[in-house]
Amino acid sequence: MMFEDLHANTRLQLVIGLLLGICFGAFLYISGVTEYNVILGQLLLTDFTVIKVMLTAVLVGMIGVYAMRSRGLVELHPKPGSIGSTVIGGIIFGMGFAVLGYCPGTVAGAVGHGALDALFGGVTGILVGAGIFAAAYPTLDEKILSRGVFKSMTVPDALKVNPWYVIIPLCILIAAILAGLEYSGF
Amino acid sequence: MDWTPYIAGAGIGVLSWAAFLLSNKPLGCSTAFARTSGMIERLFRGRKTDEKAYYRKFPLVVDWEWMLVAGVVIGAFITSVIVGGFSFEWVPTLFGDTFGYDTGLRLAVAFAGGILMGLGSRWAGGCTSGHGISGTLQLAVSSWIAVVVFFLSGIVSAFLLYGVLW
Repeated sequence: MMFEDLHANTRLQLVIGLLLGICFGAFLYISGVTEYNVILGQLLLTDFTVIKVMLTAVLVGMIGVYAMRSRGLVELHPKPGSIGSTVIGGIIFGMGFAVLGYCPGTVAGAVGHGALDALFGGVTGILVGAGIFAAAYPTLDEKILSRGVFKSMTVPDALKVNPWYVIIPLCILIAAILAGLEYSGF
Repeated sequence: MDWTPYIAGAGIGVLSWAAFLLSNKPLGCSTAFARTSGMIERLFRGRKTDEKAYYRKFPLVVDWEWMLVAGVVIGAFITSVIVGGFSFEWVPTLFGDTFGYDTGLRLAVAFAGGILMGLGSRWAGGCTSGHGISGTLQLAVSSWIAVVVFFLSGIVSAFLLYGVLW
């Protein structure tokens, strides 16, 4: 890996985190996804901005991160998952996504452009929800989270292939989906 | 055709390169909320809070990701002021046009949704950023499953909420 001294410099990392966050917030805002109307538009399938932003980020990010990894510049950090954690948590997340109309990143961006429902309703609710999870964590961890653990960390591991055999077809698929959305007028 | 979502999306993709290269971390937002929640709890319950199993896993400190989320607020604020989009708003128009412009109602609904969001994102181990963008771009199995479930559950919930099907 490159820049190991930089990674170990805790104080400088806080500055880098802040600067990357400022750029992240700017991109989220200009794309429109920090708006409740845009997020609900996506979930009601009338506005595909969220999917366009996410798929483009994944396409660009994936090529760059895997290219750097091939050269030994970066390490991957895929998260483990399970039916009990990923699927059940995901269902609860989706309900929150529709009811709140923001996610943890976009709620921060929404606060930045003056959405007071995001600040007083959304952020406080997320803090309470995260606190409930922390309180229930020992029980959930024992009884639910470890049910049906996924065997592989990444898709190329699961398929036992070189990652580029997944990346290249996936890039073509993403490009086709985006072209299809534009062609059909979304 | 509007290129803005693609330019912004590509920008976020490049930011993920920078996060991996400069910080050895994927972009993510929801653990910052978990840490903040614990820090607030600590104000009331004191040091006992640090002993909780979940906060031993995610210590109650201001870390890289916490600064990232603080940066998102600042970045959206600066950009919205520059382009003239900053404005205080209690009720988003889609919500108001459907359910009425009642600030109390919107805050109650947002709070309830926030609880589900905070609970669900920690339960699933990530959010739309950590799983939806950073995890999927690493081709993580858990993240592709998570993002599909996020959107399926979100679409069903939004259709029920807005009464699209009846």
